[in-house]
Amino acid sequence: MAQYDVVIIGGGPGGYNAAIRAGQLGLKVACIESRKTLGGTCLNVGCIPSKALLHASEFFSIAKHDFAGFGIDAEPKLNLPQMLKQKDDSVTALTKGIEFLFKKNKVERISGRGRIAGPGKVVVTGEDGAEQTLEAKNIVIATGSEPSTLPGVEVDQKQIVDSTGALSLSAVPKKLVVIGAGIIGLELGSVWRRLGAEVTVVEFLDRTIPGADGEIATAFQRALTKQGMTFRLSTKVTGAKASAKGVSLTVEPVAGGAAETLDADVVLVAVGRRPYTEGLGLDTVGITPDKRGFIDTDHYRTSAPGVWAIGDVTHGPMLAHKAEDEAVACIELIAGKAGHVNYDVIPGVIYTFPEVAWVGKTEEELKAAGVAYKVGKFPFAANSRAKVNHEAEGFVKVLADAKTDRILGAHMIGPQVGEMIGEYCVAMEFAASSEDVARTCHPHPTRSEALRQAAMGVEGWTMQA
Amino acid sequence: MADILVPTLGESVSEATVARWTKKPGDAVKKDEILVELETDKVGLEVAAPADGVLADISAPEGATVTPGGRLGGVTEGAAGAKAPAKPAAAAAPAGEAQPEPAKGQPAPSSGPVPDTRAPDERGAQPLAPSVQRIVTENKMDPAGIPGTGKDGRITKGDALAALQAPAAPPATAPSAPRAIGDREERVRMTRLRQTIARRLKEAQNTAAMLTTFNEVDMSAIMALRNQYKDVFEKRHGVKLGFMGFFVRACIAALKEIPAVNAEIEGQDIIYKNHYDIGVAVGTDRGLVVPVVRDADDLTLAGIEKAIGGLGRKARDGSLSIEEMQGGTFTITNGGVYGSLMSTPILNAPQSGILGMHKIQERPMAVNGQVVIRPMMYLALSYDHRIVDGKEAVTFLVSVKDHIEDPQRLLLDL
Repeated sequence: MAQYDVVIIGGGPGGYNAAIRAGQLGLKVACIESRKTLGGTCLNVGCIPSKALLHASEFFSIAKHDFAGFGIDAEPKLNLPQMLKQKDDSVTALTKGIEFLFKKNKVERISGRGRIAGPGKVVVTGEDGAEQTLEAKNIVIATGSEPSTLPGVEVDQKQIVDSTGALSLSAVPKKLVVIGAGIIGLELGSVWRRLGAEVTVVEFLDRTIPGADGEIATAFQRALTKQGMTFRLSTKVTGAKASAKGVSLTVEPVAGGAAETLDADVVLVAVGRRPYTEGLGLDTVGITPDKRGFIDTDHYRTSAPGVWAIGDVTHGPMLAHKAEDEAVACIELIAGKAGHVNYDVIPGVIYTFPEVAWVGKTEEELKAAGVAYKVGKFPFAANSRAKVNHEAEGFVKVLADAKTDRILGAHMIGPQVGEMIGEYCVAMEFAASSEDVARTCHPHPTRSEALRQAAMGVEGWTMQA
Repeated sequence: MADILVPTLGESVSEATVARWTKKPGDAVKKDEILVELETDKVGLEVAAPADGVLADISAPEGATVTPGGRLGGVTEGAAGAKAPAKPAAAAAPAGEAQPEPAKGQPAPSSGPVPDTRAPDERGAQPLAPSVQRIVTENKMDPAGIPGTGKDGRITKGDALAALQAPAAPPATAPSAPRAIGDREERVRMTRLRQTIARRLKEAQNTAAMLTTFNEVDMSAIMALRNQYKDVFEKRHGVKLGFMGFFVRACIAALKEIPAVNAEIEGQDIIYKNHYDIGVAVGTDRGLVVPVVRDADDLTLAGIEKAIGGLGRKARDGSLSIEEMQGGTFTITNGGVYGSLMSTPILNAPQSGILGMHKIQERPMAVNGQVVIRPMMYLALSYDHRIVDGKEAVTFLVSVKDHIEDPQRLLLDL
């Protein structure tokens, strides 16, 4: 029986980063993955392919709507198969990259479905049904999550799709209804709207992107509406009927009222994700997931000795970078080092246009916690680079402690803000004050100047607006 | 290479001055041999060689200020005698300027113009955050004195603002350019102990609402008691029967009566202490130190005298530990030993009271309508009027007086 220091179940951002870190630290490590390729949801059917489509569809949209304004006359024509193929090519190249990193760091990859079979034992069932047993001093559960389903709306991945199916629609739907105004729904909704679909977003709550700062969410919804997306907030979906003609979706107001029917060619169910622990053999080591399926941990240690859990199967935001940080911390703890994740500094990004990015506390959270704070804001309309690029929509908002000036949160909507939020992550990790950012030289002309001007605004000395 | 590091200096002591190196770079050293003497706020400290070998370099020359964990120098391990290259740069650094690896912060704004306050830290430590740099420069603060709460102990803007507002840390006295010295003058660096005495006395004056009340005490009864029992006391306990023990006892009785004098102010709170750790000021040739007699209320008179004797000896030897000088709740100082007839002692912050004893002098006193000669001593109680009312201070001093004039009261807990 093969023996390991660490056996990791799952090869997504949590699992593969854990495996690489374990290899770096000289641990004998195996990573079990049931997909043919490594990278998990993120790389195969999540973050990465959706960004490939967002990027490509944004070009299409710019060519169609904005080129004329720049003085370029062109009539773009969509080649959907090529757009999907370039996405798949990128994904394939990146999964190969992880395989290379596994080899480089002496990580043994085991194909098949892993399940815990008592303390220190993991059974892997291969595609052919053959089983092998691994002996592990430490088992890391990194099985991730899967799309949540909605009663009465059955996903067939053709007319009614989830986030996976929405990445490879064979044609641009005329009418697309997105159920759920969260990050996934709005990103994929944006892709197909840019390519020509008429998109309606149905959301149970009375707001978009729950968890994000309210002011940002309002501005974001306004921006998407302007682009042609229709929002039906405070509305619940009660059923969906697929036929040859399309899908007819029955909805009604959450507060009660008359039901109505929405017709769609394709319905995208994007109502969130749930932890994936099916068939994992948790009972063999006495682990019981909570009501929502999450595994409770104390610094990645589960209730079972020698069994650890990281990423989407544990509590917290279901984000690849959160899983990645936990992977490093978990393996370092296993190796007797001081692994640590700062949960106050986990950024979030929405890769639409305009982009949305944030880190730290929202105004709503600060109010609820009774924290006295100051706000600094700066619009991209006053930023020279954004202006010349015809991308002047959005703003940056910085929240800082009223007394110590320590940055408590940064929230942005605008061009490329996803690439710029890292500046505030570093600042916050080092407990910086708004003044520290305000007194740090930023290059001119760049959009990043808006980040500095917003920081200046906290203490009332914004200079360029 | 084994580094010679600054040891932990004790609670609330954050830096030390390198007083003397006993070896030069290139000298052979033996493990545990004393290599360097440090002077902290309160005591001297010796640092031994971490290994057998050769003193390779000195990174903190004499006069340098060092912090716990900082590097003093290095010992090349192995056969003694092999000449290790000395670092001329370190040796040539002017005393008091070189700063070996402080925990954090840039050098305090020092003498002369500061062309660019963001200049890279010559001590090789973390540069300050821009906001912190501004605050310490504008307020002439020493960042080394600001406790950092940020990542790896960095100073955040909040830390700097808190230090700015803390009453205990007034802005460092603006260091002006040193004036030229005349032919008949001599410039001598204050020892660390003298600097500390100066700073702490001034801090006490700046912080407390300090006031002194006086009284006088007739020492006849105590002197009679002492004359009667001093020989048998010394034979039994092996320690001389002095006056200090009586005064410590009298003060504890008075402190129990007036708890505010045994309390301290912290922020908006008063901390009352139900323990009686009495500091006894001892003059030494290096300056005044105040070792503490712990739980003096639990000690016999002989126990108190023994404790004072032992601490006094250590103070004069310079071998007091920092722990032996920390945590006093009340202080007694006796200027009488030098002949002082009357004085106003300065509080030993954060304490709220200090008793000044003075010279015993025979004076004509009116007693029951008759002029009689009595051995009299003036008593002074300086107190922090913020928490001790005038009535309480006077009552305290009268209580001390009553216990000394009528020592039976001590016996009866009256």
